[in-house]
Amino acid sequence: MLLAVLSGFILAACAPWLTRLLGDRAGWVLALLPAALFVYFLSWIPLTAGGAAEVVHYSWIPGLDINLSFLVDGLSLLFALLISGIGTFIIIYSGGYLHGHEYLPRFYGIMFAFMAAMLGVVLSNNIISLFVFWELTSITSYLLIGFNHEDKQARWCALQGLFVTVAGGLALLAGLIMLAGAGGSFELSELLNSGDVLRDYPLYTGMLILILFGTFTKSAQVPFHFWLPNAMAAPTPVSAYLHSATMVKAGIYLMARLNPGLGGTDQWLYTLGLFGAVTMFTGSFMALRSTDVKAMLAYSTIMALGTLTMLIGIGTEAAIIAALAFLLAHALYKAALFMLAGGLDHETGTKNILNMGGLRRLMPVSFITACVAALSLAGLPPLFGFIAKELMFEATLHAPAIATVTTVLAVISAIMIMAVAALFALRPYTGKLKETPKQPHEAPPSMLAGPVVLAALSLVFGVAGFLPVQGILHSAVAAVHGSPLEFKLYLWHGVNTPLLLSLLAVVTGLLVFAGWDRVLAVYRRLTFIDRFGPERGYERVMAALVWVAEWQTRVLQNGYMRNYLITILLTAVALAGGTFFIYTGNTVPFGTVDITFYEAVIAALIIAGAIVVSLMQSRLGAVATVGMVGFGVALIYVLFSAPDLAITQIMVETLTVILLVLVLYRLPRFLNLSSTAARIRDALVALLFGGMMTVLILAVLDVEVVAPISDQLVAWSYDEGHGRNIVNVILVDFRALDTLGEIFVVGLAAIGVYAMIRLRAEDKRS
Amino acid sequence: MEPVMAIVVGALFATSIYMMLRRSIVKLVIGLILLSNAANLLIFTVGGMKRGLPPLIDEGMKMPTGGWADPLPQALILTAIVISFGVLAFAVVLIHRAYEVVQEDDLDKMRSTDT
Repeated sequence: MLLAVLSGFILAACAPWLTRLLGDRAGWVLALLPAALFVYFLSWIPLTAGGAAEVVHYSWIPGLDINLSFLVDGLSLLFALLISGIGTFIIIYSGGYLHGHEYLPRFYGIMFAFMAAMLGVVLSNNIISLFVFWELTSITSYLLIGFNHEDKQARWCALQGLFVTVAGGLALLAGLIMLAGAGGSFELSELLNSGDVLRDYPLYTGMLILILFGTFTKSAQVPFHFWLPNAMAAPTPVSAYLHSATMVKAGIYLMARLNPGLGGTDQWLYTLGLFGAVTMFTGSFMALRSTDVKAMLAYSTIMALGTLTMLIGIGTEAAIIAALAFLLAHALYKAALFMLAGGLDHETGTKNILNMGGLRRLMPVSFITACVAALSLAGLPPLFGFIAKELMFEATLHAPAIATVTTVLAVISAIMIMAVAALFALRPYTGKLKETPKQPHEAPPSMLAGPVVLAALSLVFGVAGFLPVQGILHSAVAAVHGSPLEFKLYLWHGVNTPLLLSLLAVVTGLLVFAGWDRVLAVYRRLTFIDRFGPERGYERVMAALVWVAEWQTRVLQNGYMRNYLITILLTAVALAGGTFFIYTGNTVPFGTVDITFYEAVIAALIIAGAIVVSLMQSRLGAVATVGMVGFGVALIYVLFSAPDLAITQIMVETLTVILLVLVLYRLPRFLNLSSTAARIRDALVALLFGGMMTVLILAVLDVEVVAPISDQLVAWSYDEGHGRNIVNVILVDFRALDTLGEIFVVGLAAIGVYAMIRLRAEDKRS
Repeated sequence: MEPVMAIVVGALFATSIYMMLRRSIVKLVIGLILLSNAANLLIFTVGGMKRGLPPLIDEGMKMPTGGWADPLPQALILTAIVISFGVLAFAVVLIHRAYEVVQEDDLDKMRSTDT
């Protein structure tokens, strides 16, 4: 299992090299890996029958409960089969679509990494490794969407997709950690069995919002749907893969996966049900507005994602069966349709449906395949899409609390999607042949294999509904529902409400199709969609981000040394001083002062010296006074049992004074550069900080949080360190590495000084 | 003695910051010297001050007799004194060099890297 998930990454590393080696046949050969994975996952089907689940465990970071554990049940297997199965055809298709493309080797590399990441998402049992794979899909899809990196628009779209999904990913991480905290485990298989604990968790609503923010952005739900149509900037095989079986389905997968653990509450029902229904409507509404064949399909994907979210939200038995049937149907027809759209684009050189027509004689196979797949999209018998749509109506009609809204929106969406399906299947192929930028001819076999097989599967599953049920849907439904359900899928349900609703949708949809040119004219007038859509919101946020960055750079990085200092100091005063006053009030313990006369004189001398320095106008006087302060400090060390410090201080202080006297005389005299106001401001900042330090010292004098470690150092000094001067033993023995570092610092400073003096000497010579 | 030292340390911090906020680059150096003294005394004061009890072990003994001043802060301060001298020496030569090249000791006029 580990090899199955990671093999994609391994192949990703050698794919570029293999592609160069294999030349034109690369697509067919590389497709062997996903095909082999597909067969491997098929072999798991008997093990998951009846809703059984297998956990395959590999330790990764056991200390943090992070493991590469994989959960194989009906749901993950359904997704894994779609990813590897459709992936096979996408790889073959890419070989034809990007034939001779300069970056084809790189493309295969990213594609396999993406596929492996997707497999990781749907198979992970550990939620942290799930998150890692989740983010890997965001990053690899960024590379795929921005594949035409010389195109500015493509880069922009890729970045938008990345920002939206990664922002959601961050929220998801927080949500997943809360989930682990609530359920007491990082393993999905255990979390899903403790649904009651999770639903009673006090922060359930917050956790749900965080997780759903992640899944909604990933699965392009309103109002985050705008990135998905833009992701069409990717080459068509990528779009086909992203839209049908991967990327956007990751969010759906996670919601379906968490349904037994988090579902069944009012929040779940209303959020998923309503957001899903609105997304479904928005997707179909925008699909009908598009004239770009890829945009049409992209918006119809949003419709499908909305439908799935809505059905998972409704959560009744019928809704779950409908959701999984719809998922399978959508993956099959959407991959086929996208690959056909890519074929049209590739062979005619245009993506605009208004510029195509009469292609059925030139591209007969494409035409027939498009018709079959579009029938499934429209939800007409005898295709599998019909079964899925009937089930969806059945589920919305009996949805708790929100049945009216969901049913009305579902019917309207079905009407519009019916029209879109008819447009896609008929418009480019029928009527008169139109002038296109390229001379059209039938697509090569590599680009037809996928659509033909997938469309045929739509048909087979429709006629023989027991096949997918027996195969995988039964165990997938069991996984989402939490317990097995008995059901059968038939084309003919008898005359009932769903059938009548379907009939209504088909007839109205065909009318809309007939009058599409007029509908389009109305749409054209609705320009507010472009002006006020959520995408403008995204642009505003990005612009605001840049503005804030510029503003804070201007304010903070202004190039004035003293502004940096004042900012740092006042922040320190506010944080440390503020905290101090909040927690201790205004009382400062001023202990009894036990002081001798000469100590008081030394203290007074230091203070006086420091003040005089800051007012002194003469350089030599300032240097001498600083020296006096330094020697005063040395005296303090002498009086209070620190002879080593005193010696060092006196030596250093002497050297400092000599150095200053030598150098300062080459520097200009002190000038009064600051205004009085600036002086007063600086004095205030200085007093504030100095005062805070005094107060803090007074406050901590009597506090001992932990016992000092130095008693142990004293005890070891002679026995272990063989020295009688304990300070010296600490320096050269217990903390020898510190001292070594110190020697390096001083050595470096010396080299620097020497270099600068040499430099000056050379300047003078030249 | 410690409460008095708290005031001494506060005064050293205040004057050092005042000096570092001046525009003259030479005053910045003097501010640096005061700042390192302030920081060293801060550690020394907070570590506890004892009169006449240096952390030394008498001949023939294995431990100091009759109590001792905490040796660990002293070791840290000793390191700090030496390091701050290294920094200071470097800073002084750097400033001198900068002045030679730029002919300017007003920090406000040294904002750009092009001069």
